[in-house]
Amino acid sequence: MIQFTNVFMTYPSGNKALQNINLSIEKGEMVYISGRSGAGKSTLLKLINLIDRHARGQIIVNGQNLERITRKRIPIFRRNIGFIFQNHRLLDDRTIFDNVALPLIIAGSNHQEVKRRVQAALDKVDLLSKINSYPMELSGGEQQRIGVARAVVNRPAILIADEPTGNLDPMLSWEMMKLFEQFNQVGVTVLIASHELDMIKHMNKKIIILNKGRILDSNNENKELLKN
Amino acid sequence: MKKYIKIWLTQNAHAFFFSLGQYIKNPINNILTTVVIGISLAFPAGFYVFLNNIQILSKDWDNVIEINIFLDTKISSEQAHIFTERMSARADIAEVILVSKDEALSEYKKLSGFSDVLNVLDDNPFPNVVLIKPVFNDINESKTKDLVNELKAMHEIESVQYDNKWLKRLVHIIDIVKLVIFILSVLLAIAVLLIIGNTIRLSIYSHRHEIEIKKLFGGTDSFIQRPFLYSGLWYGMFGSAIAWVLVTTSLQILSEPIKNLSELYANNFQLIGLGYMHTSYLFSIGILLGVFGSWLSVKRHLYSIEPN
Repeated sequence: MIQFTNVFMTYPSGNKALQNINLSIEKGEMVYISGRSGAGKSTLLKLINLIDRHARGQIIVNGQNLERITRKRIPIFRRNIGFIFQNHRLLDDRTIFDNVALPLIIAGSNHQEVKRRVQAALDKVDLLSKINSYPMELSGGEQQRIGVARAVVNRPAILIADEPTGNLDPMLSWEMMKLFEQFNQVGVTVLIASHELDMIKHMNKKIIILNKGRILDSNNENKELLKN
Repeated sequence: MKKYIKIWLTQNAHAFFFSLGQYIKNPINNILTTVVIGISLAFPAGFYVFLNNIQILSKDWDNVIEINIFLDTKISSEQAHIFTERMSARADIAEVILVSKDEALSEYKKLSGFSDVLNVLDDNPFPNVVLIKPVFNDINESKTKDLVNELKAMHEIESVQYDNKWLKRLVHIIDIVKLVIFILSVLLAIAVLLIIGNTIRLSIYSHRHEIEIKKLFGGTDSFIQRPFLYSGLWYGMFGSAIAWVLVTTSLQILSEPIKNLSELYANNFQLIGLGYMHTSYLFSIGILLGVFGSWLSVKRHLYSIEPN
């Protein structure tokens, strides 16, 4: 599903963000990417979603070599990926319905389908009652769950989350991770970047640990590192 | 294919209503911008109405080519009448009016106030005058000159007066005014483009966050630019409506004084406003400028925004 082969990424400033990354994530797998700030977690996710295209090496996502995707084809490619941000990035002047409906409207779904799928997605994150509210009326945890509903509403093949629990307390963080697990259980490939190693090591999923742009552990073999 | 057309229509309908909603959400800023656009459009529209009215007025004057024939003083009133009938029978003359020497004298007495002095004269010094209007509308004079030369050769005629220089001058002045109005209209159209372009540019940057989100969830360039193009359409359409109101109200205010003035010149001239046809032109041009201005801005600024 996602394959990195000899991927290097250097920012124009000369900062080496990723160095010789080789990894493979299978379809339906749930993988955590961890490491300290600046380790390259976000850069790796940005490469998958074509937000950044300055990498060397080969990246294959959903059977497509990213290097060969033209600018014009990027929107179609992105419709298969749901993205969740640390700061949820909801549109404050739109209702929860409008926020969650956005990927469906982009994809050209008809009104009935939009309504049905938005309700289903909000029901899944247990926030159907907030359908007519505005983001500012919701708590941080609720806003993050709306971000999840927006990411999954178009049934993407891959779900990517960049520090989704960064602004949440431990209880809400745990609930959020469990929510991702539920999506994974129905076949969605889930990739989560998180620096909260203590929490994710209890999730019993594959963990890729990055340090200064290099993979330290991609098979949970470095038990010492996980313990620390 | 049918599916894609349906998607295209659905997305257009969404952008159409969404952009209208955005316009209504920020009434103060949008109304101010629209008023500026409306005033900018009202000037060329008003100039056009002015020109149209001048042309209608000058068209009436075109038909008033008048040749004054002063008959020889030896020609009697009976001979003058025979001459007038002969002129009336000609195919190239539309109208003939005889002002006999007696009529001329009495009119002069009335207008000049020298009636006592004129009574002292033994003979009537005025000649019989025949005013003729040719059938042709000959602003370039060639036919008129031929006719005047033909008249001058007639033995009954002392002299022939024909002066259309003022009309020619007016035609040239109207041509210059037309050109000035065209140049001003082009400049004001550019101003409208710049106003709309700048408004859309500000709108693009104030929606930067939204544009990034749309791009991240697979929004194509055309999907993202569509609400901005419809915003341009609203600016152009509402701006045209304001221009129409300004021009129509101005005409209403001016119509009565102009009617009174024209009556003093024994003319029943009335101001012509923007009819259905020209109103539709005004709206079409306004909408085209709106959409084109926003398209230019979108092309220039939208593509520089990428998610990060």
